[in-house]
Amino acid sequence: MQPVILTTATRYLMPMLLLLSAFLLFRGHNLPGGGFIGGLVAAGTFILHNFAFGVQETRKLLRVNPLMITATGLLIAMGSGVVGLLTGKPFLTGQWITLPLGKGEGLHIGTPVTFDIGVYLVVIGATLTIILALAEGE
Amino acid sequence: MISTAVISGFALALFAPAIHRFKPAWSGGIFALLPLSLFVFFFSCISEISGGVEIVESVSWAPQVGAAFSFYLDGLSLVFALLITGLGTLIIFYSGGYLHGHPNLGRFYTYMLGFMASMLGLVLASNVISLFIFWELTSLSSYFLIGFDHHRESARSAALQALLVTGIGGLALLAGLIMLGLAGGSQEIYQLLGQEDIIRSHPLFVPMLILVLAGAFTKSAQVPFHFWLPSAMEGPAPVSAYLHSATMVKAGVYLVLRLSPVFAGSAAWHTSLALFGGVTMITGAWLAIVQTDMKKLLAYTTVNGLGMLVFLTGIGTPLALQAAVVFLIAHALYKGSLFLSAGVVDHETGSRNVRELRGLYRRLPLITIAAVLAGMSMAGLPPLVGFIGKELIYESVLSAPGPGQLAAAAALLANALLLAATGVLLLRPFFRRSTAETDSDSGHRVSIDLWLGPVVPAAAGLALGLLPGLLSGTLVSSAATAVAAKHVEVHLSLWHGITPMLVLSLVTVAFGCALYVAYISKESLVDRWRWLGSAGPDRWYAVGLEALKALAHWQTRLLQSGHLHHYVLTIVLTTVILTAVTMIRLKGFLIPSTDLDVRAYELFIVILMILAALVAVRAKSRLSAIVAMGVIGYGIALIFVDFGAPDLAMTQFIIETMTVILFVLVIYRLPRYRSISGRGSRLFNGVVATASGVLMTCLVLVAHGVREGSRLSEYFATNSLLLAHGRNVVNVIIVDFRGMDTLGEITVLSLAGIGVYALLKLRPHAGIKGEKKQSATSELEQESTDN
Repeated sequence: MQPVILTTATRYLMPMLLLLSAFLLFRGHNLPGGGFIGGLVAAGTFILHNFAFGVQETRKLLRVNPLMITATGLLIAMGSGVVGLLTGKPFLTGQWITLPLGKGEGLHIGTPVTFDIGVYLVVIGATLTIILALAEGE
Repeated sequence: MISTAVISGFALALFAPAIHRFKPAWSGGIFALLPLSLFVFFFSCISEISGGVEIVESVSWAPQVGAAFSFYLDGLSLVFALLITGLGTLIIFYSGGYLHGHPNLGRFYTYMLGFMASMLGLVLASNVISLFIFWELTSLSSYFLIGFDHHRESARSAALQALLVTGIGGLALLAGLIMLGLAGGSQEIYQLLGQEDIIRSHPLFVPMLILVLAGAFTKSAQVPFHFWLPSAMEGPAPVSAYLHSATMVKAGVYLVLRLSPVFAGSAAWHTSLALFGGVTMITGAWLAIVQTDMKKLLAYTTVNGLGMLVFLTGIGTPLALQAAVVFLIAHALYKGSLFLSAGVVDHETGSRNVRELRGLYRRLPLITIAAVLAGMSMAGLPPLVGFIGKELIYESVLSAPGPGQLAAAAALLANALLLAATGVLLLRPFFRRSTAETDSDSGHRVSIDLWLGPVVPAAAGLALGLLPGLLSGTLVSSAATAVAAKHVEVHLSLWHGITPMLVLSLVTVAFGCALYVAYISKESLVDRWRWLGSAGPDRWYAVGLEALKALAHWQTRLLQSGHLHHYVLTIVLTTVILTAVTMIRLKGFLIPSTDLDVRAYELFIVILMILAALVAVRAKSRLSAIVAMGVIGYGIALIFVDFGAPDLAMTQFIIETMTVILFVLVIYRLPRYRSISGRGSRLFNGVVATASGVLMTCLVLVAHGVREGSRLSEYFATNSLLLAHGRNVVNVIIVDFRGMDTLGEITVLSLAGIGVYALLKLRPHAGIKGEKKQSATSELEQESTDN
């Protein structure tokens, strides 16, 4: 038996919440937000889905084991540290490039941003690993 | 070029299992190509090195602490490098035949190549820190090799024993090497070699000497640390052959030879080396005779050989050092050959018992020739290189300073015992006719990958014995020169004429034969001495290990009670006491008297939080306690908002929500909520909690006062945009300025996730009566297939 109000609300809320989490992640470098907060919001979204539809559905939606998300995140964070090493600087030294967008505008992309994406994924993965395992029970 | 030689072994080790899977039948030969080409490379260096050239290479690693990956090739390193790569070639090729079809053969090659590369790095390292790293790598890779048959309990415990004994010695060595570096003012060995006067007069000289020797003696199995070496026979035959001939145990010998110019001249160095070496060589030879297992017997003869090498280094005259280098080469050749022969015997007959084996010469003619040549070299009989080594040993002992007669008697006793041990090993198993078996299986064909390994080093021993000129002019003299730190002329020959050394050799042979005859006629008496091998240090090790485990168990029980409230209490109480004591001692409780202007809504939030705390303490149900805790958390978040920390506030809000969700998920699994602590402990908890609260309040007030002094936040604020291209200082600190901390934190978070997952998901099914408990691994497999 599924609560109608919760499932309906979840259906509409989920895309917006995930969008919010991505928004928080990417604005984090200049305005309040960041990988940690964004990751928690995204994890909260999936937990909401879990309450509305059950663990099996949430796992199906995720497609991958949350442990894989954790591992990927760690790898990305570690990898963005290695970029600094490759240029001869100490591990985790920030590296930035500017992608030209035309009309004199440019997009700053740097290893701290990819590092933050790694943090984001680790937070999602670890939180979901714990909470989904608890929700599943024995 | 030298660094490439070292790294290539590690690189190939990484890909060994994949290559092996690709061509399993040929893998032994393929992997042997690397040590072979390295051997050729080092061989081509001989003329250059014996001309007096020393090659130094350095790659910077951590210059702040003087650590570098630097390599140094001189005569001594070259001898070792040639033995490591030469025997490595044969032994890796042999492994392909010996372990043919073994399911973990690919992994075996990884360990073996890693072992070779670590040993090569050790003898070529110039920086003491990198020497230590390679030293530990040999311990680690030998752990995997000795425990290769990990399903056997005895193999596992032998591997652990080797790791613990050599590992503890390695730690002592690290301390000794650091002291050496401090005293000599350099971490590079080739620079230290010129600083012996400064080092010898340094106040740390004696501790340094003891620590370095502790490292060398544990690694090179000197009495009383010799016991791990015979236990290490649990490894497959190629491992034993390599471990005993060119690697691992020779590391300690290498170290004492390498540092000999630095320490020589101090009486402590000469006395301790000669004493430990002398006792070890006699103990080793004596314990060898009483063994019945071929490999165990050989292991104890290795103890003897290592004792001899240390003993000669202790004598320390140029002649003795020259004898040490020749004996080192002879020992490596015959020991490698004998272990590989024993491996073939085991492989073909299924037995290694010298009391049971008979008539091997008919079944394994080629192996017999190899074993006899190597055995003659071990016994020190002409015309093998072992004979030249033994003559040199006698010559150096006779001309040694100090109690020369005593040293000569010790060497004579050790050599005679060794000769008798060789007789026990070879005569009856190979040449006595078997009574039970028929001769139908005579001339059994052994494949090339099995016979090449034993035959080549045995033949090399013969060739070097007949043509000692191959050794003397180039290799031995440059190695002896490196050890003696002055030029050593070397002339080796089989026949010196009638000399005191020859007389001693004849006495040795006669005495040894008499011992062998006595052994044959009184076997039951010999058996009575066998307990010696298992008694003594081996027993101490077992007792020590048990005591350590008991201590660990006791202190784990003490600290890890398993009750959450104990943990929380311990953490809070420790923090309060340590912080409060420090603050009082440093007179840090200076609370500034600023008038705090508190606004009405702030007061409202605080009062709400205090009320919630009281509710949480007095709550009669778990749910109301959780809700009250949540109110406190949200109150903190509101305060963060009020003071302009939106990042913190956002995190706090979400974390509070998550905590409530976690509680909701586990709440129905928990036992009924009730008060289990009595009045006294509740009171105590209340006192601790209040103390912690008071302390935190004081700390915050104090920190408010000293905030002017900190320039850190100012630095972050000004440089956030300039250096890190971000306006959100909090986030820039997390992902850039303090990125390493964050990396650590997310690693911990991942581990926590895995831990919870493992606790919940990988438990054996509990509570199902009459059903066998499923193991955690099978559960895991089931899990992965379900997904």
